[in-house]
Order: sequence, then C-alpha cells, then structure tokens
Amino acid sequence: MYTLLIALGALVALTIIFGAVLGFASVKFKVEADPLVEQIDNLLPQTQCGQCGYPGCKPYAEAIANGDDINKCPPGGEATIKQLADLMGVDAKPLDSAHGEEDVKKVAFIREDECIGCTKCIQACPVDAIMGASKVMHTVIIDECTGCDLCVEPCPVDCIDMVPLNDTNWKWDTLAIPVKNVN
Amino acid sequence: MHSELSLIEQMRSGKLWDIPGGIHPPERKSLSNTSPIDIAPLSPIYYVPIKQHIGNEGDLIVSVGDRVLAGQPLTNPKEGLSLPVHAPTSGLIKDIILHVSAHPSGKPETTVVLESDGENIAIANQPIPDWQNKPNSELIAHLKSMGIAGLGGAGFPTYIKANPTKNVELLIINAVECEPYITADDVLMRHYAQEIIQGIEVLQHMVKPELVVIAIEDNKPEAISAIEKVIVDHKHIEVRVVPTKYPSGGEKQLIQILTGLEVPNQSIPADIGIVMQNIGTCFAIKKAVIDGEALIERVVTITGESISRPQNLWVKLGAPISDLLTHCGLVPEQDQRLIMGGPMMGFNIMDIMMPVVKSTNCILAPSEYLLPSRGVEQACIRCSLCADACPVNLLPQQLLWFSKAKDHDKLEEYNLADCIECGVCSYVCPSQIPLVQYYRTSKVEIKQAKEDKIKSDKAKERFEARQERLERDKQARLQRHKESAEKRKKALEKDNSAKDKIAAALARAKAKKNELAGTTAEVENKTSEANIPEVKTTDTQDRVAAAIARAKAKKQQAALNSDETKPDKTRTDDTKPKDIKAKGTEVVEEKVQTTEPVSAEQAKKDKVAAAIARAKAKKLKEAVEPAVSNVEEKEQTSDPVSAEQVKKDKVAAAIARAKAKKLKETNETEPKTDNTSSESIVPPVSEQMSTDSKTPEQIKKDKVAAAIARAKAKKQKDQGEQK
Ligand code: SF4
Ligand code: SF4
Ligand code: SF4
Ligand code: SF4
Repeated sequence: MYTLLIALGALVALTIIFGAVLGFASVKFKVEADPLVEQIDNLLPQTQCGQCGYPGCKPYAEAIANGDDINKCPPGGEATIKQLADLMGVDAKPLDSAHGEEDVKKVAFIREDECIGCTKCIQACPVDAIMGASKVMHTVIIDECTGCDLCVEPCPVDCIDMVPLNDTNWKWDTLAIPVKNVN
Repeated sequence: MHSELSLIEQMRSGKLWDIPGGIHPPERKSLSNTSPIDIAPLSPIYYVPIKQHIGNEGDLIVSVGDRVLAGQPLTNPKEGLSLPVHAPTSGLIKDIILHVSAHPSGKPETTVVLESDGENIAIANQPIPDWQNKPNSELIAHLKSMGIAGLGGAGFPTYIKANPTKNVELLIINAVECEPYITADDVLMRHYAQEIIQGIEVLQHMVKPELVVIAIEDNKPEAISAIEKVIVDHKHIEVRVVPTKYPSGGEKQLIQILTGLEVPNQSIPADIGIVMQNIGTCFAIKKAVIDGEALIERVVTITGESISRPQNLWVKLGAPISDLLTHCGLVPEQDQRLIMGGPMMGFNIMDIMMPVVKSTNCILAPSEYLLPSRGVEQACIRCSLCADACPVNLLPQQLLWFSKAKDHDKLEEYNLADCIECGVCSYVCPSQIPLVQYYRTSKVEIKQAKEDKIKSDKAKERFEARQERLERDKQARLQRHKESAEKRKKALEKDNSAKDKIAAALARAKAKKNELAGTTAEVENKTSEANIPEVKTTDTQDRVAAAIARAKAKKQQAALNSDETKPDKTRTDDTKPKDIKAKGTEVVEEKVQTTEPVSAEQAKKDKVAAAIARAKAKKLKEAVEPAVSNVEEKEQTSDPVSAEQVKKDKVAAAIARAKAKKLKETNETEPKTDNTSSESIVPPVSEQMSTDSKTPEQIKKDKVAAAIARAKAKKQKDQGEQK
C-alpha cells in the first residue's frame, strides 16, 4: 500500500514538473505561425480590383479562410487558383467566369488634356496611384498602378483608358535545334 | 583546393582538368573555315537595334531625316550598364521603328532604319596612339563610347570587364569556339593574329594580369600555329590547347578546364582573380583603341548545307540576314530552317529581315538530313543520360518535372540558375524532350514572378496605408461631429428660446431667398445677352462643352434612362437662365422624391448633379475671362444689382450652411436620414444654377456653394456607409 502511494506520488510529481516545463516552453519558445489569412493574402495578386466581390484582396483572403470559393480572382487567374488549392488542400477548379476573365496586364492612362480635374479617380484608386489636385490635370503613376480598372467608371468625362502593359521580359517559345549524328 | 600563389605556377606547367559530362557532336567546321574573310556587300537598308547588349539601351540622339556617317553614334549611353550603337555606314535615317529583334522571340525592339547612300563615308577615327601612357579611366570611357561588347555570345559590355574591382591574376582569352559549324573566331585568328595580340596588349595594360592564356580547341591547328607565331616574344602570353568537347567554351567550364577551380554559385570569375574575354572582342578592342573605330562590323559565319558558298564575312551590324543569305547563295530546301547562332545554343530565325547584331556569330542553313528537326516529344524514361551529360552536374529530368509543374521554389532548390543553357541535355535525350527550352521558359517565368511579387507587395502596402488613412479620417470626422453636437446641446440647454430663434431665422432666410430668386432672374436676363455670343467664339469653351457633353452621356447611362433625367438634360442644353432656375429646382426636387427608396441610385445621381454644377462653374469662369474688354461695361449695368446680389448670395450660402447643420443634427438624432439629406442638396444646386452668367465675384460664391454641395454629398455618402 505504501509502495503504491510512493509510486503514485512520484508519477504525480513528474506530471507536474513536465507539465510546468512544457507550459513554460510553449510560452517562451512560441513559434509565430503565419496566420492563414496572411498566407492566402500573400498569394493573391494585390490588384485590389474587387472583381471577386470583396473590397480588396485582404477581405477576399479572409473570405477564403472562412470557406469561400478559391476561383473568384480573375487577375490572379489559373496560377493563383492552383497555388490557393495547394495551400487550402482543395481541388483547383476553373476560374468562375461570373467574376470576369483572365486578361493581359493593363495600367490606367489618363488622356491628360481632357481631364477636368474632378479628383474622382483619386478617390476610387485603391493604391493611391493617381496624382492630381482639384481643377488640375491628373495622371497615373504607372509603376504603382495595379490595373484594377476602378478609376475608369467614376470619371465623368471618360478620359481614362486601360492600356496593355508592355512585357519587359523576353519569352522563349521556339523549339530547340538538335544536332543529331546520322553517321 | 589551390592556393592563390600556385595558380600561376600551375598555369605555367600546362596542366589541364576536365569538366563533368559534355558531348562530341559532329563539328562540320570545314564547310566554312578554308577561305579568307570576305567583305559583305553594302546592304541598301540597315536595321540597327538600339539595344544589342546586356544592360540598358542608350537615348536616341538622331532623328528621322538625319544624315549620318559610318561610325557616328546613334545613341547616348545612360549611366550604369549601357552602350551606344553606331551607324554602320553613311546614309539617311529613314525611320525609327519597332523591328523584329535578333532574339528567339523576335520581340520587336526600337530600331533605327538607315538607308545606305552607297558611299560608306566614315567619320574621322579617334585613336589613342599613346594608350600605354593613358590612365585606365580614359581607356574605359573610350571602350564605352566605341560601343565594345563581348562578341562571344551574351554581349556583355566590355568596359565593365576591363575594369575589374579586384586584383586579377589571370586573363583568359576564349578562343575555344566549341559549337559545331561556327568558325568565325577560327578564321579571325588565322588571318588577324597580329591585330588580336595588339588588342590583348591593350587589355594587359588595363587589367594588369600576371599571365594571359589563350585557350584554343585542338581542332583548330592553323589558328594555333598562327597565334603561336606572333606571341614568341611575349613572355606573359601563352597558348593553351584544350581537347575538343562541347561545351568547354562556356565561361565557367573553361575556367574549370584551365585551372581546376570552380566559380562559386552566384559569383563571377573576377571574384577568384580571373577575367575572361572572347578573342573577337580583343580584335574589337584593338580597332577601338589603336585604330579609333567604333564597333560597327564583325565576322559572321554563314554556313550550312543549303548555302552554296559557305564562308565567313565581315558584316556591318544591322545588315538584314536576307542580304547575307542571297550573297552566299542560299538554295533552300523544303521547309528550310534558318538558325541564328550555332545548332546547340542558337534559335530559329522567324523573319529574314532580322538584323545582325553585336552577338551574332553565325547564320546557319542546315539540311534536314544532317540536322533533323526535333521529333515528337515522348515521356521521360528516366534513363539519366541527361544528368550524366550535364556539364554543371544538374539533374535535368528533375528540373523538367518542376518546370512543367511551374514549381519555382523547387526549381531554385535544384539550382536552375546555374544552368548555362548549353543544350547538352536536349541533345542526348532519347525521348527527344527539348529540355533546355523548358528551362529557358522557366527562367523568364521566375524572373517575372519575382518582379510581380515585388509589385504586389508594394500594392499591398499602399492599399493598407490607404485603408488606414481613410479610417483615421473617418474617426477624426466622427470625433468632430460629436464635439460640435455636444456644444450645441449645451447651448440649447442654456437658452431654451434658441430653438425658436433658429426657426424664425430660417423663416426669414426663406423669405429672402424667394425675393432673391426674382431679382437674379432679372439680372441674368441682362447679362446673359452680353455673355453668350462671346462664349460661342472661344476655343476652350468648345472643349468644356465637349467634356460636359461626355459627362452628360455618362450620366444618362447611369440614370438608366429614367424619366427624371430628361428635363435635366434639356436644361443644361439651352442656357436660358429663367428656365434653368425654375425647371432645375423642380426637377431635382422631383427626382429626390421619386427616387427616394433607391438610395444607391440616388446617391449616384446626386453626384452627377454636383459634377454638372461644377462643370457649369468652370464654363462660366472661362466664358467671363475672355470677355475682359466687356467687363467694365457690364459691371456698370449690373453694379447696383450685383452689390445687392452679393448680399443675397451670402444669405443663400448661410441658409445652405444652416440647413447643413440642421441636417447634421437630425442625422445624429435619428438614423433614418435619406429623406432630409437628399433634400438638403437641392438648395445649393438650384442656387448655383440660377447664378449662370454672373460677375466674377459671384463665381467665387458659386464655388463656395459647389464646395458645400460636394461636402454634403460626401457626408451623405459617409453616413450611408456608417449605416
Ligand atoms: S479579384 Fe481583385 S480584389 Fe479580388 S483578390 Fe483578385 S485582385 Fe484582389
Ligand atoms: S475622374 Fe477623370 S476628369 Fe476627374 S480627375 Fe480623374 S481623370 Fe480627371
Ligand atoms: S542545358 Fe542546363 S541542364 Fe541541360 S545540360 Fe546544359 S547546363 Fe545542364
Ligand atoms: S535524357 Fe531524357 S529520357 Fe533520359 S532521363 Fe533525361 S529527360 Fe528523361
């Protein structure tokens, strides 16, 4: 009986000690895991266009984390859907065409002599890529423009165009030329 | 491991190492290396791309219609990695266009189109006769302005390599030329050995190596003896004959063969005290420094079984390939393939107007029998022939797998960046998989993905900063509203009769407003007659009218053809002030009432109305300004009235403000604000409409009114959001 008590006591003591050590370690050496929303947001193209039905990429990332479909982002296209599918452990599916089609990369361009300086486009731009002030000409900072299309609609004089962006990188698409020894 | 000291001793001992893998394809060099270098006839048109090297293109300094002489610079190099290009011959700049580039994709690049005048007059040469006594900086600037780039393949600007930041022990002159068919360096050495050595001397002066080694493959005995003959009295220049094997001419491969050292991942040979130059570049350096000629021509091998006179030619840069093929007698077979570069690393020419550029060493027209096109790609059978043959010990079959899956992380893990794109793996693959094409594509994709990532990170940052700012503004606004509401509440408590006073004031203000409406209408009748004719004559006016027209078209669309907008439109079209006043107010009010339930649509309409008001203010301003001469006259007639009007306007503005305040209060107390808030926008808008064609002072007031209208619209929106 006494032995049993000793054994039990020893076990309890061990449990408490290890519990304390583990508890301490879990607080002290806590690994800051990347929250899911952050990870999803990192995969999204950050065009902030709202075509997915949410006011920006981050809200869509939150929606995906809460179980929304992963195929609603046209700017990201198939590539993004694939990455999202990998991350979420679901099957990749084709882009939901209700939200738009994948398109070439574009940027906004203001026909400056037609601009009346109403500043509406500035208010619409999600990334502050438009420069200008009331009653003066506005212009788009091409490097900051994400091509989200949101400034086109509010312009009262329709002087904003979306123009395709020139690829700076060469693409290889010809086939290799093999030397075959026929002798 | 070799200690730094023994590097040169080892080199002098003549020991050679081997590289892993490699292949021995049929050489077929004898086709073109027997005849001396001929000069290509002048082409009628030259296409000179302004970017022919790695780095940035220069800024164009010629324009269409200019006459240029051979050797005259066409661009001005930028800061950093940049080189100029020069006119290959004398003639007229016919055009500056986007022309197919000397690249596998044929991506159009900015190109100067030069029409040759047949004279080929050159500008005065700018030699540096006493280069031995010149400082490095001067020679480097000279090499840059002469446009010297590596002629071996990549086209790296030479002035960078000739100006190493570290101490250089060994200068290797690459004359290996390991690709089949190409003989440009071979014949250059045979016939211009003396000039090449002069170029090497200049390089020696600049980089100051302890030893210069000229590496030549053992399949070029004539070139070897020609070079050996001219270096007998050069103690520090040696020829090293290396066994024939593809790709021993790769920069890192050749260093490994000669020194046994491997250039570490992501570093350059200069990091281990070695600089390498192509033999053709040495010749170009001699031309630039000793003869003072810019790089405007190079040796090009035109060869292949379909060429009746295969040979090496001095070709002026920018010459279209079609002219060279005609000169050498191309007899095309069916589906004749044309290749720029060698059969291993070259690419199919998609347009025979493609120009010869600084890095073009060969144009190949092989027969289908000797150089068959690639068959159908089969599945990988995991034979690992590719891995055995890869000169940099990569695992091509794994890379292929990851390339197909677009797995960029894995590709980098498997060192895709170290692939020299030699094409050996494609050559040996029994399944005819064009492996190297996958890698080239993937490399570009990785580069693109990295750029996109940088851009999207930036966009995210900006988006978040903006969200933060908007939130901050909103909070500040709310805070202000709260404070003012509290103040008012206190004031109210103090004086209960204040409410009555406000009511009385409002009533008075309304009465005044009615009065005002009557007078303004009269004034407008007078002034508008004076203004309108002038308005029509001005140019700016037309533009404004166009803008308004566009705005209107848009608005119409936005309003979904609802009935209320139609009278609106007619109102802005004819500029009769009386009508405007009456109709405008009615219409807007009517609109407010009819569209009440659909608040989203209404908000939009309100915005449009505000925009029109603003456009009108602008129009008015512009109409008044050109009429300066008439202003005095006008003012005389309208002076007494306008003084009165100013006062009335002030009152109107005050009413507007009062209403806004009242509105604010009601909004804060009761959440359902659609009705009142939309009504509130009416007075300023209609007020403004009645002020069409007034004096400059009034315009200012109009602007104030418009600003108030805008502020209100915004506030409404914000409140809408809050709800
Ligand atoms: S659709 Fe537009 S806003 Fe939505 S996730 Fe894609 S880029 Fe972002
Ligand atoms: S919305 Fe149109 S008119 Fe207004 S500032 Fe922007 S570009 Fe100019
Ligand atoms: S192309 Fe790249 S992977 Fe293929 S053999 Fe050459 S270095 Fe190796
Ligand atoms: S050589 Fe071709 S078939 Fe063989 S392992 Fe490599 S890729 Fe596969």
